[in-house]
Amino acid sequence: MEIWYSLVDHLFPFAWAQHIFMKNALMAVLLVGPMFAIVGTMIVNNNMAFYSDTIGHSALTGIAIGVLLGFGDPLWIMVIFSIVLALIISSLKFLTTASTDTIIGSVSAAMVALGIVILSRGGGFAKYSRFLIGDILSITPKELLILAIAFGGVILLWGFMFNRFLLVSVNMSLARSRGIPVHLIEILFCVAAAVIVTISIQWVGILIINSFLILPAAAARNITKNIRQYHVVAVLITIVSGIAGLLMSYYLATATGATIVLIAALFYLLTFIWKPRFL
Amino acid sequence: MPCANAIQKQQTKACGLCCTRLEDFGVKIGRTEILRDINLHIHCGELMAVIGPNGAGKTTLLKAILGEISHTGWLRFLDASNCQARKPIVGYVPQKIDFDAGAPVSVLDLFSAALSSWPVCLGHSRRLQERTEASLLRVRADHLLKRRLGDLSGGELQRVLLALALEPKPDLLLMDEPVSGIDVQGREMFYDMVSDLRRNYDLSIILVSHDLALVSQYAERVVLINKTVICDGTPEDIFSNGQINLAYGPFYIDSTGGKQTYAKNSGGAIA
Repeated sequence: MEIWYSLVDHLFPFAWAQHIFMKNALMAVLLVGPMFAIVGTMIVNNNMAFYSDTIGHSALTGIAIGVLLGFGDPLWIMVIFSIVLALIISSLKFLTTASTDTIIGSVSAAMVALGIVILSRGGGFAKYSRFLIGDILSITPKELLILAIAFGGVILLWGFMFNRFLLVSVNMSLARSRGIPVHLIEILFCVAAAVIVTISIQWVGILIINSFLILPAAAARNITKNIRQYHVVAVLITIVSGIAGLLMSYYLATATGATIVLIAALFYLLTFIWKPRFL
Repeated sequence: MPCANAIQKQQTKACGLCCTRLEDFGVKIGRTEILRDINLHIHCGELMAVIGPNGAGKTTLLKAILGEISHTGWLRFLDASNCQARKPIVGYVPQKIDFDAGAPVSVLDLFSAALSSWPVCLGHSRRLQERTEASLLRVRADHLLKRRLGDLSGGELQRVLLALALEPKPDLLLMDEPVSGIDVQGREMFYDMVSDLRRNYDLSIILVSHDLALVSQYAERVVLINKTVICDGTPEDIFSNGQINLAYGPFYIDSTGGKQTYAKNSGGAIA
């Protein structure tokens, strides 16, 4: 961490960079941003925006279960809960003929309600509102390490599995005809996405985490023609909007996560306007 | 036994690879029996067309052979020596792939993802690009290499999918109405290409189609199914069979072109 701090001092000799919490937050943004960009592109390709939204919202129930079991830091319970949920949703998709949207929508609503019911027992819900909005400025080096490990995990997983994820996202029958175990790959992707969302949720916020996952990818696909460009542009958008959002929230004293998402939304708007000229 | 070996070798050479046997093949989804008692033997180098009314289970048959849905009975792929079962390479050209037209996936991306394990998001190797170009050239689609999948026309997309299905070279090629919704010229170009490939590569092909004029022109064997095999023979056999005509036809012979076409009432083919 010391190396990082002195690096920031060298690169950014500004007032905001003097604070340790800003240095930590900057690193968090640089870890979460690219990680979300590459997971988000695949989520958008798979039309799974609604799924990741549900995982985000269900974190409330994860927190509630953690609190019920008496854990001070509910992160691990949340992660385990999200994995179980991801497994349930992805197998329900294959087992029933009901529309995926309907299944996911019902699960989402039930999980949010259950979380709120448990957490609001005795009127103490305000305590947990930091999960709703997210607070990246309070991140500690130990928590940064968890993010870094998750980021490393995503890169490894993508290195080995990316092509299979991509083929499944293009067309399942096509992927299956090429010997890819489609169900297994889908479940793996659902679980990976769930873990990433859950680990990042207390920094970005339940309310807006899905936007940060979807917007950069949605913006990038407006103006790109192949997979490589798609990833490069999405990663650039998350990094630029992450850093810009962090600084703006510092000077305007606003919630960081929401400010970042707002800038990412601006990128989406710009690429949307630019799209007809691009294609 | 050098003699036996020599024979075996010769056979392997003469008859490209394997033949495919379906024995007591059936598919049940839930309590609904979709296919039953299917017994078929597809030889190498043979183009077998599968026809039948809507809901007869044609697509289900292909999906079951692909392993997408489970089946009862046996599906055997036999080597030229006729005794060794082995895992075959099955190529599949789907009817019309359902994909997100907005996704920035280029034709080259699709091939790279299918043919290599190097993550496509990091770019392509020159070798793979050359291989893809060569494979697209085979279906006269090399100019589409860098185009987005969503920007291709229906005919272009089917040619790309055919090229992909042939890479690596399959033992068995399954095609599910590969050219439905494509204009006549596109269709003829597609089937001419398929016939060339079959001759050059000794492929076994199972083709599901509603286009009976084309079927009778390109297939040497037609199988009519409706839950099970109703009739199995040459196009002439099928289309001239009185009972079949009564139940599934009428097919009539176009005496001018010598082709059979398939008409229902005022000539509208059953789609």
